[in-house]
Amino acid sequence: MNETFTADKNGYYGEFGGAFVPEMLRQNVESLRDVYHQIIESPEFQKEFTGLLRNYAGRPSPLSFAKRLSDKYGAKIYLKREDLNHTGSHKINNTIGQIILARNMGKTRIIAETGAGQHGVATATVCALMGLECVVYMGETDMVRQEPNVKRMEMLGARVVPVTSGNKTLKDATNEALRDWICNPVNTFYIIGSVVGPHPYPDLVARFQSVISEELLSQLREAEGTEDPGYILACVGGGSNAAGIFYHYINRRNVRLVGVEAAGEGVNTGLTAATIAVGERGIIHGSKTLVMQNEDGQITEPYSISAGLDYPGVGPIHAWLARTGRADYLNVTDKEALAAAYELTKLEGIIPALESAHALAALGKLKVNKTDIIVVNVSGRGDKDMQAYFEAKT
Amino acid sequence: MNRIDKLFQSRKQNILSIYFTAGFPVLVDTLRTIQELDKAGVDMIEIGMPFSDPVADGQVIQRSSEKALSNGMTIKLLFKQLASVRETTDLPLILMGYINPVLKFGMENFLHKCQETGIDGIIIPDLPVEEYQEPYEALFEKYNILNIFLISPQTPDERITYLDSISKGFLYMVSTAATTGTINNFDESQIAYFKKVNDLNLKTPRLIGFGISNNETFIQACNFANGAIIGSSFIRALDGNGTLPENIHGFIRKIRG
Ligand SMILES: Cc1ncc(COP(=O)(O)O)c(C=O)c1O
Repeated sequence: MNETFTADKNGYYGEFGGAFVPEMLRQNVESLRDVYHQIIESPEFQKEFTGLLRNYAGRPSPLSFAKRLSDKYGAKIYLKREDLNHTGSHKINNTIGQIILARNMGKTRIIAETGAGQHGVATATVCALMGLECVVYMGETDMVRQEPNVKRMEMLGARVVPVTSGNKTLKDATNEALRDWICNPVNTFYIIGSVVGPHPYPDLVARFQSVISEELLSQLREAEGTEDPGYILACVGGGSNAAGIFYHYINRRNVRLVGVEAAGEGVNTGLTAATIAVGERGIIHGSKTLVMQNEDGQITEPYSISAGLDYPGVGPIHAWLARTGRADYLNVTDKEALAAAYELTKLEGIIPALESAHALAALGKLKVNKTDIIVVNVSGRGDKDMQAYFEAKT
Repeated sequence: MNRIDKLFQSRKQNILSIYFTAGFPVLVDTLRTIQELDKAGVDMIEIGMPFSDPVADGQVIQRSSEKALSNGMTIKLLFKQLASVRETTDLPLILMGYINPVLKFGMENFLHKCQETGIDGIIIPDLPVEEYQEPYEALFEKYNILNIFLISPQTPDERITYLDSISKGFLYMVSTAATTGTINNFDESQIAYFKKVNDLNLKTPRLIGFGISNNETFIQACNFANGAIIGSSFIRALDGNGTLPENIHGFIRKIRG
């Protein structure tokens, strides 16, 4: 079977992807599709993008050998430290790329959706940097559980609009951002936060995040004398940090790619966000992918303790990697993720984001040898999750 | 001939098409609503299939969809309710909704059911022509169901001309860069857009929708197209204080002026 990590010209990864957008959004999506290759492949763009990644976001992010964690699991475990980026997660890689694109397209107003608030903060940050107006849609449920990020966005000058439909989480915030874009088609650029949405967003976001695996190749060569680990682990909400760390390894078949979804209370409890485990083919936010839905095709409300993974769809790239078997997708419960966050904190002195804690929790589910090299993508830091961590302790 | 084509052949002006969300405000009123709309003299009816995530819709239709779903509306149930609809009305009937529930039902199964029930056309805003033609066009033809395309103020002229060339039935002209909702008056840029499209001399009849809420906007729309589509403000009227027939007849009278 032909496996490719870049979308075809219609935005399909095999059977998944496409651009199922109403006519009111067509022109916006199409004009982005028509220019993005040319713009992001230009030397001027690349110079500005890599410059900001280095001198503003703080890249390259380190690759840390986790000695005590390695001892515990009986393998060589490395951590790709996206938590050390400016604003505290991998999301900044994407927002820097998209804001330069937006400015090149002459857009003056930026909108975004956010779940955990990390994408919202990363968007508000680059808007402050570029002096552009910023509106962030965020579900009310998420505004409560990720409150520090709401304050950060506001301090950065963004307007945070509470969303009250559905479960008041990431899916609902995305609906509202799409409605805003329908109503403001001329001056507004929609910075999507993951490898989701209509083509060309999944491809665009994956390219911007691919800096993670690009760095990993050389960092691992330096540390281990090989570019190829045995395993790469990353959490999957929409799937952007996973797409970013899988990107350059897609055709290196000896590297096992493992995505980790949020099982919530458990995949069979009805309180879950593990889309690849329980979803079926469908269309959400303009993309044909796997979707959590009922027998009438209504999208079902997901559940996870982690706001960033609490989404009933998944990027079409991952639907395709799962279908072809190129990547494996595991899932871990709220409880397992909380335990993994405490474990990393105690053994390595790193407090991970709740999202990243899901990837870490999957370490215990792999059958590994002492010589296996495992890279875990620590997609973000846990500052925003202190309340959940404290509550879990008591 | 398909009832939609028949309508546009016999009437060129002041066509009024009404949208309502099936299952709102109560689950069982679908047939009665259609019956009363027919009696009130509307020309076409769009029956909304509620969806959990209606991104092209504003507050009113979002709420009506939410209510309809919590009342228990599904596509399956809707076809059951509509089984005898052709004993009630000869008006062209359109099902309008989002792509995911239709795909879940199965496109062919869905079109087959439409034909069986006497549905004439489908409007699925999030199924653009690019995603429609390759897998589905032949199926629509097989069952003689028309797929209605939308154009918006953002749609470039070449694309309007193209959509016109492949359209059957009518073109759904979205009046403004907005989700569904209501406005009191069209502004200059909207009128300019209406005029521009008028001047393209399209072969396909056009109905203007989104925002139309009163006699003034209805008349304005009719000046630039074959008629208009009203959704949100009708749904508001359905939720009014009167009986169902009172709410419906009162509203249609006001629109027709
Ligand atoms: C730290 C962190 N990791 C992961 C995610 C999930 O997004 P994705 O799957 O696109 O990487 C989020 C989203 O908010 C996040 O904040």
